[in-house]
Amino acid sequence: MAKVIIYPTNSLILSDLVQRFGHTPLAMMEKIKEKVTTVGVDSPPMNITAEEPKHGLKYAAVEVPAGVRGRMAIVGPMIEEAEAGIIVGESPMAFGCMGCARTNELTKYLIRSREMPLLELEFPKDDDEGQEFVYRIAEFLKSLDEVKGESEEATE
Amino acid sequence: MAEENNDVITKLVVTSSDSVLPIDAAMKVYESSTDIVIKETCFGTMVTGPREAVNKVVKEIVDLDKNHIFVKERGFPPGDDRRCRASRGGGSRPGFYFLKEEAMMLPMIGKALDKYDEHVPLKEIEHKKKLGVKDLQDIVESSL
Repeated sequence: MAKVIIYPTNSLILSDLVQRFGHTPLAMMEKIKEKVTTVGVDSPPMNITAEEPKHGLKYAAVEVPAGVRGRMAIVGPMIEEAEAGIIVGESPMAFGCMGCARTNELTKYLIRSREMPLLELEFPKDDDEGQEFVYRIAEFLKSLDEVKGESEEATE
Repeated sequence: MAEENNDVITKLVVTSSDSVLPIDAAMKVYESSTDIVIKETCFGTMVTGPREAVNKVVKEIVDLDKNHIFVKERGFPPGDDRRCRASRGGGSRPGFYFLKEEAMMLPMIGKALDKYDEHVPLKEIEHKKKLGVKDLQDIVESSL
């Protein structure tokens, strides 16, 4: 079972598919849950404190807006933890009131710069593309088991 | 207290099935008699409770029509003041637009999962290519 980071980081489809094929999705929702339900760090309404942009300095320079650094404080550790990644491009809905285009660019860049198995594709627009989308993700996730099995054998 | 709270999770169950309605999913939870809170929504159900109980019930719901019911975890509990539109003065809750976009793709994904299970071979698709600089140059020159 590998930890797979997904982009868009809160995608229902990707999160479901990764779990369906036996891996652990690294998604934004779990990190947000930790943030909003942990007792003792209350800084209403979102529990985002001045510490987050400081943590984000590891991933973005100080002149980068605090919003990007704050988001990277959550996304960055997920990228570091990941063992594989799936990036779905052409996802305009990832940009809006809840998303930030620059954070998205930086997230994709950092995922690509990690040396790990990576699948890049686009959201489907019709049934044929949908079939290709699911098949490619399924094959990629199955191949992770083989890669992981081989690396475990090598370490033994 | 904190540990107890951490163990409580919320999962979104989005139904895109011809045979299973959100109410069927809700009934499954009511039958389970575990310590779980459920909220029916327009796209499916939200299930909140202890991690193990939620995972068990969600698996039972997904088994009703496994390729057409999709699940993801949710950060905020249902009805949370920071997200619930009842206390925010109306409008869709933040995050709903993304869910709506993805919910529209689910029938397509469900069909593809059915085909994957049936080992239907993948069709060759021709992807549209971006217009090359040379081609654009030719078009411009031809119209001069």
